[in-house]
Amino acid sequence: MVDISKSFQGVKANTDINLSIREGEILGLLGENGAGKTTLMNILYGLYQPDSGHIRINGKNIALNSPVDSRQHGIGMVHQHFMLVQNHSVAENIALGYERAAMIFPQRKIKETILNFSRQFNLEIDPDKEVWQLSAGEQQRVEIIKALMNGADLLILDEPTSVLTSQETRDLFLNLKEMKNQGHLIILISHKLEEILEICDRVTVLQKGKIVGEAPTKAVDKKDLARMMIGRDVIFRIEKEPMESSEKVISVDNIVVKGDKELEVVTGVSFDIYRNEIFGIAGVSGNGQREMVEAITGLRRVESGRIMLGGTDITNESARYIYNSGVAHVPEERIKFGIAPGLFLYDNAILKQHHRQKFSNKFFLAYRKIKQHTQNLLSDFNVLAPSINVQTKNLSGGNIQKLILGREISESPSLLVASHPTYGLDVGATEYLRKQLLRRRKEGGAVLLVSEDLEEIFELCDRIAVMFQGEFMGVLGADDPRLKDIGLMMAGSLRLQG
Amino acid sequence: MKIKVTDRIDILPRHSLLSLVFSLAAGLLTISFIFMVFGVNPFYALAKIFSGSFGSLYGIKETITKAIPLILVGSGLALAFRAKFWNIGAESQLLMGAIFGTWVGLNWGPHLPPAIIVPLMFLAGFIGGALWGLIPAILKIKFSINEVISTLMLNYICNHFMTLLIVGPWRGKTKHGFPYTDDLPASAALSLIPGSRIHYATLLIAIATVIVLGIVIYKTRFGYEVRVIGENPEAAKYSGIDFFKTTLIVMAISGGAAGLAGVGEAAGIHHYLSYPESISSGYGFTAIIVAWLAKLNPLYVILSALFFAGILVGGDAIQISLGLPAATVQIFNGTLLVFLIMGDFFLKNRVTLRWRSQRN
Amino acid sequence: MEDIIISVAQRTLIAGTPLLLGTIGEVICERSGILNLGVEGVMAIGAVTAFIVTFATGNPWFGLMAAVVAGALTSILHAFVSITLNSSQVVSGLALTMLGLGISGLVGKPYIGKPLAHKMATWPIPILADIPVLGPIFFDHSPYFYLALLLALISWFALQHTRLGIVIRSAGENPRATETQGVNVYRVRYWCVIIGGALSGMAGANLSTAYSKSWIEGMTAGRGWIVIALTIFALWNPLRAVIGAFLFGGIFVVQYLLQPLGISPNFLAMLPYVATLLVLFIGALQDSRKLNPPAMLAEPYRRGER
Repeated sequence: MVDISKSFQGVKANTDINLSIREGEILGLLGENGAGKTTLMNILYGLYQPDSGHIRINGKNIALNSPVDSRQHGIGMVHQHFMLVQNHSVAENIALGYERAAMIFPQRKIKETILNFSRQFNLEIDPDKEVWQLSAGEQQRVEIIKALMNGADLLILDEPTSVLTSQETRDLFLNLKEMKNQGHLIILISHKLEEILEICDRVTVLQKGKIVGEAPTKAVDKKDLARMMIGRDVIFRIEKEPMESSEKVISVDNIVVKGDKELEVVTGVSFDIYRNEIFGIAGVSGNGQREMVEAITGLRRVESGRIMLGGTDITNESARYIYNSGVAHVPEERIKFGIAPGLFLYDNAILKQHHRQKFSNKFFLAYRKIKQHTQNLLSDFNVLAPSINVQTKNLSGGNIQKLILGREISESPSLLVASHPTYGLDVGATEYLRKQLLRRRKEGGAVLLVSEDLEEIFELCDRIAVMFQGEFMGVLGADDPRLKDIGLMMAGSLRLQG
Repeated sequence: MKIKVTDRIDILPRHSLLSLVFSLAAGLLTISFIFMVFGVNPFYALAKIFSGSFGSLYGIKETITKAIPLILVGSGLALAFRAKFWNIGAESQLLMGAIFGTWVGLNWGPHLPPAIIVPLMFLAGFIGGALWGLIPAILKIKFSINEVISTLMLNYICNHFMTLLIVGPWRGKTKHGFPYTDDLPASAALSLIPGSRIHYATLLIAIATVIVLGIVIYKTRFGYEVRVIGENPEAAKYSGIDFFKTTLIVMAISGGAAGLAGVGEAAGIHHYLSYPESISSGYGFTAIIVAWLAKLNPLYVILSALFFAGILVGGDAIQISLGLPAATVQIFNGTLLVFLIMGDFFLKNRVTLRWRSQRN
Repeated sequence: MEDIIISVAQRTLIAGTPLLLGTIGEVICERSGILNLGVEGVMAIGAVTAFIVTFATGNPWFGLMAAVVAGALTSILHAFVSITLNSSQVVSGLALTMLGLGISGLVGKPYIGKPLAHKMATWPIPILADIPVLGPIFFDHSPYFYLALLLALISWFALQHTRLGIVIRSAGENPRATETQGVNVYRVRYWCVIIGGALSGMAGANLSTAYSKSWIEGMTAGRGWIVIALTIFALWNPLRAVIGAFLFGGIFVVQYLLQPLGISPNFLAMLPYVATLLVLFIGALQDSRKLNPPAMLAEPYRRGER
């Protein structure tokens, strides 16, 4: 890939990327979320077209305008979220995209070929089983065989171990080594340092859309990679007023939470948060943060463990009960979860509080009070809107977020849970929101901040936990010098005792 | 050539109105075209429809009469559709109301004065429709059974059940073996505005229902929760709204409103129960379009209902004068509905055509 | 007694034929993910088209072909609104029913009371038709019957055992995954809706040129809605549809025969719909994937693009 650049609506996802890979090699692509790894590989797979630059295979320039082209050139991709038809058998799934599939009885005729590939690379699967019966590891093997059967010489794997157990990961790596030995090229996208160092021959590190380093894996160690990945030396900025330690607001005790696919994604997390404190959870998205936030706010079941708010056990209570107990939530995807886009501002301003006495009496909503409240909210939280009678979706992202934040803060909750609150916002809105979180902290509230933005974490938090694969790799104070290794913790290579 | 479809975000009420007007205009144009193709003079036909329904006092009275059930069912459907519950079963909820109401009328009517029996009939009808409406709600909540299918099936089950009643146990002794129930006693028959077939009790109930539902939707907590569910179910869940309870109440009201309409038809127009098709000729389905045209706003349902009632009455008129089949009205309904859907699509989406290939 | 049995059996198969044709079409359509509630309307259009063409040409085969084309063309409207515009499939289907019933009523009016000179002749199969009892029941029918059985077999085979079938079923189960495999899901769904419409049209043709030889308004008499129930009852399987169609058809034949025995015909008429609900109910209780509709049936789908 030569001088590849790609932007989406003005945001540069890839800038002048030069990447090469040769036969019989496993290349690792390392970087945080949003670094541009998936975008780059989607270009290679033909899902996106680059704005500039070109791709060469064996010295010849080629155009990849769709996955069909890429497949014809021997490029295959195994996505992070499997693209399989659950109710169909393995054979039917593979036959769907297999160019040489027979018109009649394709499942039968393809079985032979599947079993051959399976034997060749030690990818054990049963072609007659239906996909829903397979484990994550087995489903991944189906995806790999699918790609190989479509003639992939180059195989791209996007975060393949995110859904695997450690045993399945070991098996996968054996398979990949076998494929390498047979001459295949493999690109492995990951944010886990251990894995990159274990299986890859070379590694390229991306940060904010640019290549910031590449090296053979034998020549680097974890610390080098972590530094390249984070891209900064960790600076300690204690610009906030120090607060005296206070009473405990929430106590999370060894909770286990299951994800959407029935696997445990939070495996025994414990922490406490105190008043006048911002507690941050750093880490790459997808390591259980979302599910844990949902468990705390009542939107997801807690399988085991306890959550105590003040003296009350709020484990597995309803979302409304937890809200009434004093836990506010600024959700991760603001438009998808935080507002009803078509309703007016004043309707959304009370989304969680409409049942409260001050806004309603028995059956009716007190619109005069609601509108007054909304006006206050708009001015207190700097929300720019033509009036309160506009549809909420017409506001900019920043203003929607300010509205949501105002709504959640306005009741002075004991605990404010803020999930990626400044994601996608402009500089002004970002700064405003961060100031509001600090203000909450000063006024006696407790804040749980989940963010991928390390700058934000360092600027705002009193204590920082790093989450990796459902556990905390460490809980450190903001002035703890060991935070310089936060990159290692985020990538799963270091575990510290608080 | 690439067609790109994106969401439109700056929709104003006047755009909505414009889209509506264009849809209706395009629809009428197409209907005229269809008429022309089949040898009917479109100008004459449309003029006749209009004059038949709104051009004479008789026409207006008939239009109002037919609008009554449409208003009741339509406003109930507006509520259900707002909660994204696709209630296709209003037809049978109406009939269930008629059945329950008629039972009360036949059995308790002779002993009670009108001032008591009439409200009782309406109450029974509401309960009948509400119960029938709760069935698909429970099936959806507890068993994830798609409400489109369950309400459709219940339509037919009710249809045959009703026929079973009127040819069997409920067959009128005074009806010489014909499949009708006995006439409702005089006390149970709804009074009419003199010189018309307008059973004003139901009309008043219809208007009251519209006002009540309007208030419920826009001014109550419950209505607010329904609107949030309709707008964004994820946000509703995040906000702690109880889907279970809300769906049950919504369907009880929607079914109940249809049930009220059923009592109106049975006790106000026919005064006995007969074959389902004669009690309700598709009001439950027409009301779907009525609600759609009214943009799910109960207050606009009154106008929308009058419009479609006008088409029904006008349809009768051209049936007689032009010898057109009864199903002609369906052409109106179907065409207008199609154009309303398309108009709605172009209102909510911006379609851009790109003539270049490859590069995005 | 024997004559009654033969007569009832014969009439059951005749009554079930249009139901079977319509159901095969709707099964194919729904398997690809699109719900078409307009079957009643398309059937009506098929019926009136077949009648007019047969009336004009004297040849019921031309009628059949015309009905198939008419049904296919009519359902393009539903495909456009459901797939390209991605609007409510429920509302679009209802609109199609209304339009179909209305237009067919309008177009057919002049033909009321004018029966066909030649309706579709029966084709007794040589030798087999002479077998006592079984012969007249199974082997002495109009071509529609044989066609329906053949189509059921072919469509079952195609859906289960061909690559095309996998493509169709995948489009209904997981359109996004299907799209990543290089399949144009929109195109697959369009064709399935059109085929469904063609078969509904054929069912209508059966009604007006074989089942009876006159045209009346309301010819379809709710059969389109029975088809929709039947599709579910057959669990989206064309072979099960054969059994279901004749079962449901049989109920209407036998309805009034059983009346002297005290069994209400209206109660019998309810049974198909109750049975369909039961099937869904049991499917929900059992939580079995085999009893479920295609996963993304009637769900809106927009081809993804960042």
